[in-house]
Amino acid sequence: MHIEAKKGADIQAQKLCRSYRMGQSEIRAVNDVSFSINSGEFVALLGTSGSGKSSLLNLIAGLDTPTGGSVAVAGRDLARMSREELARYRRSTVGMVFQAFNLVAAMTVLENVELPMRFAEVARDQRLSRARTALERVGLGHRVDHRPAELSGGEQQRASLARALVNSPQLLLADEPTGNLDSRTGSEIMDLIHRINSEGTTVLMVTHERPLAERYASRFIFLRDGKLVEDPSKVPA
Amino acid sequence: MKTVDLVELAARNLRESVLRNSLTTVGISVGVASLVAMLSLGIGLQHLASSRLAKSGLFDSIYVTSGRRVQGPNGRWERRKAPPPPLDEPARQKMASFSEVSEVYPDIRFPAEVKLDAAAKVQDPAAPKPNAAKSESGEPVESGERGSGRDFQLISGLPMSARQLETFDNMKGKFFSAPDAAEVILQSDEARSLSDKPEDLLGKDVVIRYASRHLLKDDAANSAASEFGAASELSVYAVTPVERKLRVVGLVESKADAGIRGAGSAGAYVPVVLAQQLEPMQATQVRLAGDRDPMSNSYQALIVRVDRSGQVEPVEDKIKQLGYNTFSLLDATRSLRRFFAILDLFLGIFGSLALAVASLGIINTLVMSILERRREIGIMKAIGASDGDVQKLFFAEAGAMGVFGGTLGVLLGWMIGRVINFGTRIYMQRQQQFTPDDVWLVPLWLGLGAIGFSLLVSLVAGLYPAARAARLDPVQALRYD
Repeated sequence: MHIEAKKGADIQAQKLCRSYRMGQSEIRAVNDVSFSINSGEFVALLGTSGSGKSSLLNLIAGLDTPTGGSVAVAGRDLARMSREELARYRRSTVGMVFQAFNLVAAMTVLENVELPMRFAEVARDQRLSRARTALERVGLGHRVDHRPAELSGGEQQRASLARALVNSPQLLLADEPTGNLDSRTGSEIMDLIHRINSEGTTVLMVTHERPLAERYASRFIFLRDGKLVEDPSKVPA
Repeated sequence: MKTVDLVELAARNLRESVLRNSLTTVGISVGVASLVAMLSLGIGLQHLASSRLAKSGLFDSIYVTSGRRVQGPNGRWERRKAPPPPLDEPARQKMASFSEVSEVYPDIRFPAEVKLDAAAKVQDPAAPKPNAAKSESGEPVESGERGSGRDFQLISGLPMSARQLETFDNMKGKFFSAPDAAEVILQSDEARSLSDKPEDLLGKDVVIRYASRHLLKDDAANSAASEFGAASELSVYAVTPVERKLRVVGLVESKADAGIRGAGSAGAYVPVVLAQQLEPMQATQVRLAGDRDPMSNSYQALIVRVDRSGQVEPVEDKIKQLGYNTFSLLDATRSLRRFFAILDLFLGIFGSLALAVASLGIINTLVMSILERRREIGIMKAIGASDGDVQKLFFAEAGAMGVFGGTLGVLLGWMIGRVINFGTRIYMQRQQQFTPDDVWLVPLWLGLGAIGFSLLVSLVAGLYPAARAARLDPVQALRYD
């Protein structure tokens, strides 16, 4: 069973804003950000802690809705989508990898990877076969029946990656995917993400490790205090 | 998400917090058990009363007569303008053809003297000499000396279906072997007047002596008519004393034919077909003897039995349309049903209180579950679960607790009922005047209904937690630790 690779999604953000109210004051986590990412690109979103990277990623993931501006993924404006449409978008267009892995502790690795397909109403036999293929692809074919707590950090992140890929997303969003891993394991994960990108999937990765970004990403977006501060088109040689 | 996946995920989640979910389920089961116990008591009492009344033969029978007076629509008796319709065999067959009717038989009661075959006692001084009496078969019946005890009794004809009457529950001996068997069942008082040891009468023969009414034919009729100056076109009957030997097959304590299906007390019972064959002179026939048309071939009254008490009213209406008068105890059953409907309602309300408390337990469990699984809900939303998926998942968990709790509760309620039935039976057996019976009854519909009700209550209790889980902001939920 082979997981079908879809053409990567392009992203268009126009004057994108996301602000939160904290008592009397308003915090602008994402402030008037505009950029575009082409289909199949590997873009690193860099910035210090609290710069708004994760908030921007959540907007693109459809987990949050902008308070201003627009963000379009594969030509569809997420700001205009209903909650039901956003759920469908998250399960069919986007795959997400988190710094904390976010696997369901009560489920085995196989069940975790199978979970997005339950929401997508994939038939049971197909589901099992696709989950196993995804796990083998990330090198976890031998740990399918283990629970997350029985895996190392690197293995958990691999499982998380398999779960993100199992519905063949056009866009892979990774939020500090190596943040909880040692450098060697981090590199292994980054190699996997790079390989996924080379198969056509657009990758947007949040990180604060510039060397890592320089090694894998084809372009950077820098954020500071919620604003775009730099957008070099190419990684320096 | 497909239903099967929903059920699988719900079952998995319930297994994860097995202690808490089990306690909640037990709470529901106690509530359901309380509801089942209360309702099954009401149903059991209703069933007990209904079966007792059904066995009394009071509520499934219609007493049909024909006379010059007829009951009008306002309930008042009015004199008929046309001659009354005959209550004869065609009329009986017509009533028996109604689909709701199980049987129609004539109400035959006649006075007779009952005596032991070997030592018959004759007390009626007006009765002919013993030697004048002949058995129906023509054989002379040996009559003994006159006794001092009074044994002049009313004999009643009963159909084979009368075996179901409560009176025959504790009968000594057996019921009639056939509708026309030459057999008799004696009341204990009557039996005691014949023997100091009534049980010894079983299997022995008694002789009944009664007034038989025969239709005289042709020459005999003409001669009799001319002798008494009567018109020759009238039917002429001869009333003669007849003795008939009958085998005692049973002894009963109470009055078997009290109520409509026997109307009055009798000292002995014979099969109704045999009673017809005996051609006894009945009280009504004596009353009608002076009439120009005494309805000579008619029955005194018919008793119509319907399959269910609810069918009494429509069948009564049909019989009234044929021109006959009817009588039933329908109003009494109506009041009884109303009483039990109200009793069931109150018992149901009291039983539901515990279930209402249990539903709060469901809300508490699910709300706690949301707090515990906040991050998990965030993860599910991040990987594609819709608000509806999350809501349905919590609904399924509430529903599963409802179904499990309901099933357990029905079993518990049933067991409580069994224990109480056991205790009640022992108590009733010790109080010797009562027949042991079940006062607790859990019919299938009550069991299934209680599980359904438990599911419904659980789903209602799950409404708020499910809506709250569905509304969770995934970004906030993912940050929760």
